[in-house]
Amino acid sequence: MKQLLILSGKGGTGKTTVACAFIKLSRAKAYADCDVDAPNLHLVMQQNVQPIIKDYYGLPKAAIDPDLCIQCGLCMRHCRFDAITAAPDFRVDEYACEGCGVCHLVCPQGAVTLHPAIAGELKLYRNETVFSTAQLKMGSGTSGKLVAEVKKQLYEAAGDAELAIIDGSPGIGCPVIASISGVDAVLIVTEPSISGISDMERIIRTAEIFHTRIAVCINKYDTSLGNTEKIEAFCKERGLPFAGRIPYDPEAVKAINRGLSIADLDCASGRAVQDVYHRTIETLFDESAG
Amino acid sequence: MKIAVPADDRSMESNVCISFGRTPYFLIYDTETGESAFLENTAAEKHCGAGIAAAQTVVDSGAAVLLTPRCGENAAEVIQAANIKLFKTFNGSLQDNLDAYKEGKLPVLQEIHAGLHGHGGN
Amino acid sequence: MQAFTATEGINMKIAVLSGKGGTGKTLVSVNMAAAAEQAVYIDCDVEEPNGHLFFKPEAIAQENISIKIPIVDPARCNGCRKCVDFCKFNALAHTGQKLIIFSEVCHSCGGCALLCPEKALTEKDKVVGEIRRGVSQNVRVVSGILNPGEASGIPIIKKELSYAAEGDGLTVIDCPPGSACIAMESIREADYCILVAEPTLFGVHNLGMVHELVRLFGKPYGVVLNKCLEEENPSEKYCVDQGIPILGKIPFDKEIGRLNADALILAREKEVYRDMFFSLLHRTSKEVGHEAAIDS
Repeated sequence: MKQLLILSGKGGTGKTTVACAFIKLSRAKAYADCDVDAPNLHLVMQQNVQPIIKDYYGLPKAAIDPDLCIQCGLCMRHCRFDAITAAPDFRVDEYACEGCGVCHLVCPQGAVTLHPAIAGELKLYRNETVFSTAQLKMGSGTSGKLVAEVKKQLYEAAGDAELAIIDGSPGIGCPVIASISGVDAVLIVTEPSISGISDMERIIRTAEIFHTRIAVCINKYDTSLGNTEKIEAFCKERGLPFAGRIPYDPEAVKAINRGLSIADLDCASGRAVQDVYHRTIETLFDESAG
Repeated sequence: MKIAVPADDRSMESNVCISFGRTPYFLIYDTETGESAFLENTAAEKHCGAGIAAAQTVVDSGAAVLLTPRCGENAAEVIQAANIKLFKTFNGSLQDNLDAYKEGKLPVLQEIHAGLHGHGGN
Repeated sequence: MQAFTATEGINMKIAVLSGKGGTGKTLVSVNMAAAAEQAVYIDCDVEEPNGHLFFKPEAIAQENISIKIPIVDPARCNGCRKCVDFCKFNALAHTGQKLIIFSEVCHSCGGCALLCPEKALTEKDKVVGEIRRGVSQNVRVVSGILNPGEASGIPIIKKELSYAAEGDGLTVIDCPPGSACIAMESIREADYCILVAEPTLFGVHNLGMVHELVRLFGKPYGVVLNKCLEEENPSEKYCVDQGIPILGKIPFDKEIGRLNADALILAREKEVYRDMFFSLLHRTSKEVGHEAAIDS
């Protein structure tokens, strides 16, 4: 199964809009949303079945038994994550707790226990297609492992599909790194703003560590032709395939708000994304024999 | 001498697992006695450092050789520091890969992939 | 129009956040800081910091941010493996001959050094990122940058927030997108949260998430609607349904888009924009004052 991951660096450039169009155009039988912090793909890829839901356990969390606690404060003194507060009783802030176990180690009374904690939820939709997604619980860390679970769920359910489209997350951190691992190619969707260019450079640097093939496309390119040219020149200089430009299109917002992809309507961005799709597949998967 | 191989399941016909860090089991094959044992890889469910924990399991098993399709740089550091030799498997069963190793047909594993910073992946 | 000052002795820390990236957190936070007479701007989006691209601060003071990572004295280590067994993050391995420490997996909890019976483990600093402080006209700019490959920006954000304005002062905190641990850390000390929302299906969905976050933390909050068009705005509807105060509406406007794309600060370019953000500050200040009155 070939996997194409859509990333951006900067949020709001149009990853999900492009991912959704690609899924429709490729008729991919497998797709996933790896933006586990703020998943959006399910809002446009309407499903006609109920998902299979699984709890996701993150790192364990500590808890202090007030009956055993003698208020010595050793736990608070040793906690590196400011997760223990003392008023009125000693308690653990579950949002700050990283499950390291140091409080459990230092407590002289055995008042601290570590217990499994649900950090999110995995969802798998199976009908004619397989759609794997998840929602991280607020304040959680370990999003990387949840992203790995989303992908694992996808492979297990749809390993024989030819192509999988994966909607990634913004940033360069934990969930992005986990989503890049093992994919064949990455398409970076950027926007022609100074912030967008800066963020694009950082995500390219991150993706290059994994030796995946990278292509770049520009969304809302006509909001700044000057910056669009800068990005194209940058790609040429770095030898990165340029997959094309999509214009800013008010019809795109309308389509998304109706739960449709831009490829479903006859509009400027829909026409442009078709070219971007074809060029992406050609350049990133041209040695697709095996 | 003991040989370790990441295994999808607990039988010699099952495939070599595509992942090292998150393989469900390790086959530990003893060349002197011809015996096969299967160890559960507790690292598979870990959040961070699965490769490191899996490598620790292999070190603790007393294996002198590891046959694996791939290995991350953190796990490789542990394996190589313990003087365990690394060979690259092909997509096939445990038995087929063991036989190939005995015939000297498996290449040394050269490409160590960049660490996944404990963030999993396949 | 009179320049805004932090009035009535309020030391105000405003956090600007949104569930979704690209909605206008940086637009709003940068311009609010610029429209004030004096302000401190803190960029907590340490993975993709952008505020400094707008402010172009000068007279930069740079500091590295480190976390503590264990190091082993091999002479003292007897291979007992207590540290390996303790570590929840699997950052330690023992080959039978020596202990190996994986600093990028280490979460810096300090547990291994605490429990080593031979006192073979001590700690050293590892740089995970940096903070740059500078000045841009009326604004003191604090930017945090996480080094690619590092897991958590929290230590950087904690230090950044220590540079907030003291006494009668305005601090604007530009938060990371989402509602995960780094977003939480950024709003921990805020007096008030401004949620920025765009009028799209994704926007309102993610507004819901971050709304839950601020309620969880008991923070007073209001919404700024950005990129507003003529059509019905699902985010506006959400606010009305939920009884969330709408502090301001920024229209979708090509000029705003163009200036923003070129990293220009609207409030410094044109009077009309300065007035817009000044009004927003004024409105927010009233909300904070209102909240303070309720609490007292």
